[in-house]
Amino acid sequence: MNDGVNGVALAVFIFFFLLVTAMGFLAARWRRAANEHSLDEWGLGGRSFGTWVTWFLLGGDLYTAYTFVAVPAAIYAAGAAGFFAVPYTILVYPLIFTFLPRLWSVSHKHGYVTTSDFVRGRFGSKGLSLAVAVTGILATMPYIALQLVGIQAVLDVMGVGGGENTNWFVKDLPLLIAFGVLAAYTYSSGLRAPALIAFVKDTLIYIVIVVAIIYIPVKLGGFDEIFASAREAYSETNPATGAPRGSLVPSEAGQWTYATLALGSALALFMYPHSITATLSSRSREVIRRNTTILPLYSLMLGLLALLGFMAIAAGVKVSNGQLAIPQLFENMFPAWFAGVAFAAIGIGALVPAAIMSIAAANLFTRNIYKDFIKPDATPRQETQVSKIVSLLVKVGALAFVLTMDKTVAINFQLLGGIWILQTFPALVGGLFTRWFHRWALIGGWAVGMIYGTVAAYGVASPTQKHFGGSAKEIPGIGEIGYIGLTAFVLNIVVTVVLTFVMRALKAPEGLDQTRPEDYTADAGDPGVKAELPPATAGSAH
Amino acid sequence: MVTPVRVVIALCLVAPFVAMLWVGSYAKTDPVFIGIPFFYWYQMLWVLISTALTVVAYQLWQRDQRARSASKGGASR
Repeated sequence: MNDGVNGVALAVFIFFFLLVTAMGFLAARWRRAANEHSLDEWGLGGRSFGTWVTWFLLGGDLYTAYTFVAVPAAIYAAGAAGFFAVPYTILVYPLIFTFLPRLWSVSHKHGYVTTSDFVRGRFGSKGLSLAVAVTGILATMPYIALQLVGIQAVLDVMGVGGGENTNWFVKDLPLLIAFGVLAAYTYSSGLRAPALIAFVKDTLIYIVIVVAIIYIPVKLGGFDEIFASAREAYSETNPATGAPRGSLVPSEAGQWTYATLALGSALALFMYPHSITATLSSRSREVIRRNTTILPLYSLMLGLLALLGFMAIAAGVKVSNGQLAIPQLFENMFPAWFAGVAFAAIGIGALVPAAIMSIAAANLFTRNIYKDFIKPDATPRQETQVSKIVSLLVKVGALAFVLTMDKTVAINFQLLGGIWILQTFPALVGGLFTRWFHRWALIGGWAVGMIYGTVAAYGVASPTQKHFGGSAKEIPGIGEIGYIGLTAFVLNIVVTVVLTFVMRALKAPEGLDQTRPEDYTADAGDPGVKAELPPATAGSAH
Repeated sequence: MVTPVRVVIALCLVAPFVAMLWVGSYAKTDPVFIGIPFFYWYQMLWVLISTALTVVAYQLWQRDQRARSASKGGASR
């Protein structure tokens, strides 16, 4: 990569890192409520965030450092196929407009902290809720690990990642420090820390993108030049496959893959525990609907960011690891100080989602494994304590994962995680609108989807990998290449519907539904829905 | 209850799916806009269009809810 350390860039990076560290610890005092020892306080920021905080929090949460590195990296590698991230994020908002407010209302009314809490309350099934919780934790862990990969890429390009010859401890020390600090302030401040830091992160990201999208094309001779050199680069034959490297527009055959990836990813995004954590922390139902109208600003930014992949080609960036393409582009094109700002944006961009994800995974463990199966009489204080400790363990686990295993393992698992998390959709979104599905049928559909998705993904080979070589495969019965997650999801629904008829015929017990129809439309201020939940209901409503 | 307003809301929310999943309708290079192939600028344009549609859906929904609670007995929401 780059010999020697980029001193100016590193100094700017460290400045911003220290700034957000201070903010992270001070966040504990921000809007502190009286009952700071409840899971609602630590894990959901007191459910008090308004439109703008929620906007920053969700943006900081969904558009992670890995996204910023991986989306342009995919464009850099193969062209059009990587752009599916844009239609994907376009489809997310109309989708969540319809179901998230219902989830917010019912969760607020019953004190649910996680999606599994809701599933258990709705279907009266600890087994189904356990399946949803385990899927959520499994899908989140590699996602956290990938945030580390994002930080590593930035550190590498700045020259502090260490070369191949340095001893592993020196090499990984910067990463260890960054994560130690992250773990400490998440532990003490909970969800308030990433909420506050998200302001800095998004401001930096917006500045960097606006500058990059104007400054770099001017230096490279305009978009005409950029796309001309990209077209040329994609037409070169890849020695590994014997086919062209990529294309500027998806081929006829690639269109199914493109559309199914966009739709499948859009359906999956708000099944992730960290998206739900950020949603439930908002103050009212209207905050969520209003957010679906302002969140697309991030999609626009993502589209512009994706174009950086073409710029990296035009600028002659040559990296063997595609993940380094964008950091390297910044290093080559920007003056050192602004490269530092850009690196800080990516680095902090990793810290915010990593914090929220670890909190979300910890909440799932505490509420749906610890409280349901290990210690049913846990007090709110004990729940919070367990959550805090688990959030630490989750991060240590992710760190160990990244340091001991090959990066491709984390990427493979994240790919699988996306397929898996989509399989919780019927129970969660289905449950928000109807109680028609039978709880055991939902478990059956989930299991079939999980197994099919895993087996199918295992069987995908690529020139560099024998297994988990990609997320698209021939759709049985249609013959087109499509996203495995979506195929598994369709299979899941078919099995769920068929089994529901079977269970009905067998008169299998339905389970108790704690919710009532009006709970799904309740808003803060309605009778029985308090603006801020008192600690007692937060811990014991179920 | 299906009312004309709700049909419009549904259309606003469904339109982005039709536009984006019909990849064949925009998988082409021309017309180029300031050097950017159609495929890319068209999808980014849809970010703005879908945002506008969601805003319309949101406004209509709020009005619909207000009208409904008013008819139920004058409560503001």
